[in-house]
Amino acid sequence: MGVSDKILLAHGSGGRLSHELIEKVFKTRFSNALLNQGDDSVEFRIQNSESRMAFTTDSYVVKPLFFPGGDIGRLAVCGTVNDLAMKGAKPLYLSAGFIIEEGFPLETLEKVADSMAAAAKEAGVSIVTGDTKVVDKGACDGLFINTSGVGVIPEGVNVSGSLAAPGDVVIISGTIGDHGAAVINARNNFGLSGNLLSDAAPLNGLAGAMLKAGMVHVLRDPTRGGLATTLNEIALQSKAIINIEEEKIPVKPEVKGACEMLGLDPLYVANEGKLIAIVPREDSEKILSAMHQDPLGKDAVIIGKIEAGKPQVLLTTFLGSRRPLMMLEGEALPRIC
Amino acid sequence: MINLDKFRDPVVAAKLVKRIEGLCDGPYAFMEVCGTHTMAISQFGIRGLIPGSIKLLSGPGCPVCVTSLYDIDRMIAIAGLKDVIFTTFGDMIRVPGSHSSLREARSQGADVRILYSPLDALQIAAENPQKQVVFAGVGFETTSPTIIATVLEAKEKGIGNFSVYPAFKTVPNALKAILESGKTKIDGFLCPGHVSAIIGSRPYQFIPAEYHIPCVIAGFEPLDILESIVMLLEQLRSHKKDGLAFSVQTEYRRGVPDAGNPNALAMLDKVTEPCTAEWRAIGSIPETGLCFRNEYVSFDAAKRFEIKVEPAKEPVGCICGQVMMGLHQPDECPMFGKNCTPESPVGPCMVSSEGACAAWYKYGTGN
Repeated sequence: MGVSDKILLAHGSGGRLSHELIEKVFKTRFSNALLNQGDDSVEFRIQNSESRMAFTTDSYVVKPLFFPGGDIGRLAVCGTVNDLAMKGAKPLYLSAGFIIEEGFPLETLEKVADSMAAAAKEAGVSIVTGDTKVVDKGACDGLFINTSGVGVIPEGVNVSGSLAAPGDVVIISGTIGDHGAAVINARNNFGLSGNLLSDAAPLNGLAGAMLKAGMVHVLRDPTRGGLATTLNEIALQSKAIINIEEEKIPVKPEVKGACEMLGLDPLYVANEGKLIAIVPREDSEKILSAMHQDPLGKDAVIIGKIEAGKPQVLLTTFLGSRRPLMMLEGEALPRIC
Repeated sequence: MINLDKFRDPVVAAKLVKRIEGLCDGPYAFMEVCGTHTMAISQFGIRGLIPGSIKLLSGPGCPVCVTSLYDIDRMIAIAGLKDVIFTTFGDMIRVPGSHSSLREARSQGADVRILYSPLDALQIAAENPQKQVVFAGVGFETTSPTIIATVLEAKEKGIGNFSVYPAFKTVPNALKAILESGKTKIDGFLCPGHVSAIIGSRPYQFIPAEYHIPCVIAGFEPLDILESIVMLLEQLRSHKKDGLAFSVQTEYRRGVPDAGNPNALAMLDKVTEPCTAEWRAIGSIPETGLCFRNEYVSFDAAKRFEIKVEPAKEPVGCICGQVMMGLHQPDECPMFGKNCTPESPVGPCMVSSEGACAAWYKYGTGN
C-alpha cells in the first residue's frame, strides 16, 4: 500500500492506490465468488428463481455540493443507476443514506432531496428505503450520501468487464472530462470561460437501447480515474490489449482548454454521464446507430479495438507515435464524486 | 479558451520529422531543461518519431525535483506546527522527505492545503487571523514572480500572518554548473519557454559564447519541440559546413520577448536577491537561489519558524541527481518501476508530474 500506514486521499482517487486498498484490505477479508466478479455491480440469482439481479452501492462526498450541470443529489442517483446499467440491468429500486453535519441548512437539504427525486424520475427508479444520521459539527463536511441500488438483468444479457474479446471495438458515448473539469472549476472558483458543465446523467435508457440493438460484451462508466483508468481495469479483467487512438477521442474545446490550464489530462478526468462499450465489430454499426438516437449518445464514436496479448492499454497519439496509457497514479482530483 | 490544435497538426509534424531525418548527420545529445518539455516529449511520443541517433536528455528543470531534502524536511516540520496552515502547489505534497511527506503529514492531522494560486493563501490568512499561513515557495523564474507578488500584496494589506518558505531556483547558472562539471556530453539545449518569458533570451548567451553549444528556446507543443530540434540541427550543420558561430535562437516567439518581462524581473529584484541554493541530488550552486532582501525578511517562513531538523539523508541507490545532470536515462536506474513508482516514489524525479522518471513511467520510454 505504498509508503504510508495511514489512509491518504489518494486511496480514494479511483486509481492504483484505491485498487491496492480494496485488494489488500477488503477482498482478502470479504472474499467470496460474488465479490470476486470485479464489476461495479454484482450479479446474483434469487434462490429458486431464474431471475438475475444486479446490486451495487456507492457513496458521494463531492465538494462543492452544487456545481454547473449537477449537484450531489443528482450524482448520488445517477451514479448508482449507472453502476446497475453497466451490468446490463434495468435499475428498479434505490436506497438513500444521509450523513449530515450538525448545522447544515435545511433548505439546502431540501434542494438536494428535490434533485434526487427529479433524477430518480428521469431514470425511472424509485427511492424505497433510507437512513439519516446527524454527526457533530466538524465530523463530516456538510453532507455525505450513500445510495445502493438493485435492478433486474434481462434474459440473454451478459455484460462484464471480463468479456472484451480480440477483434471487438471500443466505443465511447461522448465527450470526456466534462464532469471533472466542471467540478474543479467550481470548487476553486477559477471562473474559467466556456461552458464547463457536468455531464451527470442516468445512462440506463442508452444502455438499454444498445443492448436491444446488438451484442454488447462490456459496459463501463469511466468515473473516478477517467477513461484511461477504466480502460486499464477492463484490460486487466479481460486479459487483453486495448488499443485506442487519441485523435478519435472526443473532448470539448472548453474542457481541453481548462485541462491545459490546470495541468490535467482529460483522459484521467472523471465523467458521470458517459459509458465505454466494447462490442463485436460486426454489431458496432447497429449499436452506434442506436446510440446516436439518444441525446446522451449522439456523439458516440469508435475510439479503438481489442487485441490479444499482455494486458495493457496502448494509445496512438495524433502524431502517430504509440505509448502505453497507464492507470491514474495518486490524486488528480480528490473528491469529485 | 486555448486553441492548441494548430500546434498539433500531424501533417506538419510529419514534415518536420522528415526535415529532422534529413538534417541529422551524427549522434547528438540534446538536453531539454524544462520539466514541461520532459513531460511533453514523453506524452507526445516524440522520442519514437525522431531518429534514434538523437538522444533527448532531461535536465534539472523540474522545480519539485530539485527542492533539497533539507528544505522538504523543514517544510514538513513547519506544516506540523500547531496553528499553521501550510499551503502549496499540488506536486510538492507527495515529495518524500527523509522520513515523511506533506501528504503523510496531512494524514496525521497537519493542515496542508493544495492551492492553484498563492493569492488564495492570502485569503486563507485573512480568514484565519489566529493561524500562521505558510506558502511553499517552490519554483523557477516562471512561478516565483506570482509568489513574490503575493508577498508584496500581503505587505500592502498588512497581512502579518502570511509567509513564504523560500526554495526558489533560477535556471541559467544551473546550466553553467552542468557544463562546468564536464561530465555530460551536450550538443544542444532546448531552453525553457516559460522561464524565458520572464528572463528573456540574453541570460543564455554565455552557453554558445563560452561553451560553443547551440540553444533554442522552445515552446511546449509537439510542433514547437520538433521545430526546435530542426533549429538545433540547422545550427550544428551550418557550424560544421560554414564555421558559423552558435547562438541562442527563439522558436517560442509567441511567448518570449528577448528582454523577457521587465516588470516581473523588477519585482523579483525588489523583494529578493540571488543566493546560493541547494539542489537536490546535485548539491550547492552559487547564484541559483532567491533569498528575501532584509526589508522583506519578515515574510521568510524559514526564519519566522525556529525549526531544527536532523541532517537530511538521501535514499540509498537513487540516481535522480545523475538523471537531472543528463548522465543517465530514468530506466537505467535499478529501482525504476520496481520499488520506485509514482505511487511509492523513492526519488524526486518520480514524484513530480514533471519529473523525468514520472514521465517515463507514465508514458513509457517512447522508443
